[in-house]
Amino acid sequence: MKDNHQLKTNKLTGQLLSAPYLLWAVIFILVPLGMVFYYGLTDKTGAFTVDNVVAIMSAEHAKALWLSIGLSLVSTLICFLLAYPLAMILANMNVNQHSFVVLIFILPMWMNFLLRTLAWQTLLEKTGVINNILQFFHLPALNIINTPAAIILGMVYNFLPFMVLPIYNSLVKIDPNVVNAARDLGANGIQTFFKIIFPLTIPGVISGITMVFVPALTTFVISKLLGGSKILLIGNVIEEEFTQAGNWHLGSGLSIVLMIFIIFNMIISAIFDKNGEGSML
Amino acid sequence: MGQHTTEFLTPRVFCSHEDTTTKKIDMIHTPEVTAMKKELINLIDISKSFDGESVLDELNLSIHENEFLTLLGPSGCGKTTTLRILGGFVTPDKGRVVFDGQDITSLPPNKRQLNTVFQKYALFTHMNIAENIAFGLKIKNKPQSYINDKIRYALKLVNLEGYERRMPDSLSGGQQQRIAIARAIVNEPKVLLLDEPLGALDLKLRQDMQYELIRLKNELGITFIYVTHDQEEALTMSDTIVVMNQGYIQQIGTPETIYNEPENAFVADFIGDSNIIDSVMIEDKLVSVLGARFACVDTGFGNNKPVDVVIRPEDVELVKPEEGTIQGVVSHLIFKGVHYEMEVMANGFEWLVHSTQMFPVGTKVGIRVNPFNIQIMNKPESEDEEAAAIEG
Amino acid sequence: MNPGKKRRTIKTTAQKIYIGLIFLFLYAPILTLIMLSFNASRTRAKWDGFSLKWYAALFDNREIMQALWNTLLIAFVSSLAAVIIGTAACIAVNRMGRKKRAVIMGITNIPMLDADIVTGISLMLLFISFGFKFGLGTILLSHITFCIPYVMLCVMPRIRQVDASVYEAAMDLGASPLLAFFKVVFPDILPGVLSGYLMAFTMSLDDFIITHFTKGAGVDTLSTKIYTEVKKGIKPEMYALSTIIFVTVLLLLLLVNRTPKQRTPRSAGQP
Repeated sequence: MKDNHQLKTNKLTGQLLSAPYLLWAVIFILVPLGMVFYYGLTDKTGAFTVDNVVAIMSAEHAKALWLSIGLSLVSTLICFLLAYPLAMILANMNVNQHSFVVLIFILPMWMNFLLRTLAWQTLLEKTGVINNILQFFHLPALNIINTPAAIILGMVYNFLPFMVLPIYNSLVKIDPNVVNAARDLGANGIQTFFKIIFPLTIPGVISGITMVFVPALTTFVISKLLGGSKILLIGNVIEEEFTQAGNWHLGSGLSIVLMIFIIFNMIISAIFDKNGEGSML
Repeated sequence: MGQHTTEFLTPRVFCSHEDTTTKKIDMIHTPEVTAMKKELINLIDISKSFDGESVLDELNLSIHENEFLTLLGPSGCGKTTTLRILGGFVTPDKGRVVFDGQDITSLPPNKRQLNTVFQKYALFTHMNIAENIAFGLKIKNKPQSYINDKIRYALKLVNLEGYERRMPDSLSGGQQQRIAIARAIVNEPKVLLLDEPLGALDLKLRQDMQYELIRLKNELGITFIYVTHDQEEALTMSDTIVVMNQGYIQQIGTPETIYNEPENAFVADFIGDSNIIDSVMIEDKLVSVLGARFACVDTGFGNNKPVDVVIRPEDVELVKPEEGTIQGVVSHLIFKGVHYEMEVMANGFEWLVHSTQMFPVGTKVGIRVNPFNIQIMNKPESEDEEAAAIEG
Repeated sequence: MNPGKKRRTIKTTAQKIYIGLIFLFLYAPILTLIMLSFNASRTRAKWDGFSLKWYAALFDNREIMQALWNTLLIAFVSSLAAVIIGTAACIAVNRMGRKKRAVIMGITNIPMLDADIVTGISLMLLFISFGFKFGLGTILLSHITFCIPYVMLCVMPRIRQVDASVYEAAMDLGASPLLAFFKVVFPDILPGVLSGYLMAFTMSLDDFIITHFTKGAGVDTLSTKIYTEVKKGIKPEMYALSTIIFVTVLLLLLLVNRTPKQRTPRSAGQP
């Protein structure tokens, strides 16, 4: 009897505790996503249409989408190539405090994201800091401001921490004896890396790729700040539909296209990262 | 706990220092009891410290072919570091590691003819069992048919046939342990290093695995170097036990030497229960223990020299008060299954006694000890030695 | 031995240079902004000498001070609400079955894996459709929404580590469930709750995109204020303010990181 009562109260507290969150998640996560689909698949009269989604095929939109995909793929690749060695060095340094490594990457976020990105203007300009330094050493000037290259730099700069942290976390989780075992069984350093260390960090790498690729694909701020006003990414197109053109239906329709990429990404990360091994923290 | 181990001994294959044991040896495991075997590994003057803390100090040790050698000691005694130096994962600050006549001190682990079974197994979780076992052979570019044969042979040897496609996570601790062993032995190492391999298993499984390891060692005919802090494990399996404490070797010997004739108080205390009593050696074959004169068999300690006397609890005989060398009163009594454990207060010392006979609390008893069962030990001379011997 | 040692020193030097370059890359813009805050010139194009005038001017700039107040208020309230809702949810989710848990954690991850722009416009559409008045309130609701996942990400692993028998032991010794929770479970998960709060606070403070879509006309946070200033040129007071915030946080973190270090004695075991 008593046990039964206990169980019931336990269940009740459980429900009471989760209720606010579940309610919140439904109202502010699921319903809004439903709204995007609703607006994206209707026209101004409320009638069903796929025009807003198909609009991605128009020359202007398709160009923006392809450019976005291209730039975000390149910056994801650069982030990966920079981050993996960095994560390995950090993991080998035996930094006692794990949180310290997280902090050095989170700390820049306390300087406003827009200002940080704008600072690259100052650094990259024709007469900016970097060119002054290059000139001092009689090196050719770097003229990448307002080009796709500057956008890539901005993406790498902003999203590099999201690649480093999951890889670093999956590296420090590897039991050193597993690496020793590979050496013990005759593998040299390179074999140990490719057969043991890298495969064990794949969840972290996938998580990093997701966390860099999605924001890079959908950004409209970095392109606006570093790409001049001429380069339009898919994010800029959608943002303008909402804030300037006021065509929410078209904006939502284009967002649905983006969400296809995002969902694809989520599925991949769910498959490779079942236990949340590659999480950021 | 150590009471029954005397009857249950592994053969004496080798003992590195002069050894005067003349007691009867039961042969259970290996057929050959030949004396000296070829030296396979020599550790010469090995010193190692981590962050300024000395872990090993001028350690010297010879390991012989086909020997089951156990490094035994409390945590922090340097046993794991010794094993890791052998495996090549730690480079000693000083000294040399000689393997089969060759100096391998700075040889990386992947070039050594030794394989290790790691604590907590260290299986590759992203590979299945067959891939785990094949790892070392694939690195050496062995043909696939050879690898397949080896996998089958190894799985049979560890009684896990048919597990090729399973993933390590789906196996129990004991099974993972067997796979770790299989993965090491397919490479046909001359020496297998085992780092507390049974530490994570429960008692029953641990006992089963002890027999399994002895069987494996005999079937493979290779040297096992085993690290443990469990004295019963060491006594059960080893040909030779190396007792270590604070970076020093305390004693090297067969299980029965270590148990019956501990060389100092640390070994006596660490291996099984014992009564260690401050005493005075009156003359050869006569020792004064707590004011009473006991006959013993040891000679050469000098006259009126302070010594430590070790008497195992099962060697203390309780008799009628008038028949005992000294008299006392039973103060505690616990039934332990095979025997009774009693404490007897006699001449200001609590004697620990194991006996199949029961004496209720309060009984006046006499204590008698067979001269052969009294072990005399020198007192540690320097303070350093004392610290090393007593601290655990 | 010797060539090996030499190779190792070359390797560690190369590693140090690599780390140095990456950190230069990450922190160069921040140094630039700090420099700009001391620049006497109004434009960032040229250096007119050292000056503290923007720091003085900052406190007289009512618009910036208002935006700062809004930003801090939103960050404070939304991360607090997110911590309460998120921690309660973690406790409840931890007791659920495997499948239920997976579904709920899946929903939780949506705002994290989803693009900010999609989260932003979806919330904007929600507020429009249900007639919310855009302003501080809508920003708050949005920030709470994207902060909750970060809190749960920090708290969940902690809760899973808590030994259920500790809680049961407390009740066995006569504590009520509520008391048992606050006396034994809560102290265990507190580090997770705190880092969740810090994480949520940081994310809220740094957010621009979601705020951009969910703010009302007259309301600005620092981010949206900067965004509107981009075209006409950033007011140097903004650099001064950012520098103050950054240095304050840096000092706080150094202080927090320093204290526990001295207290924990080094363990003397074998490596």
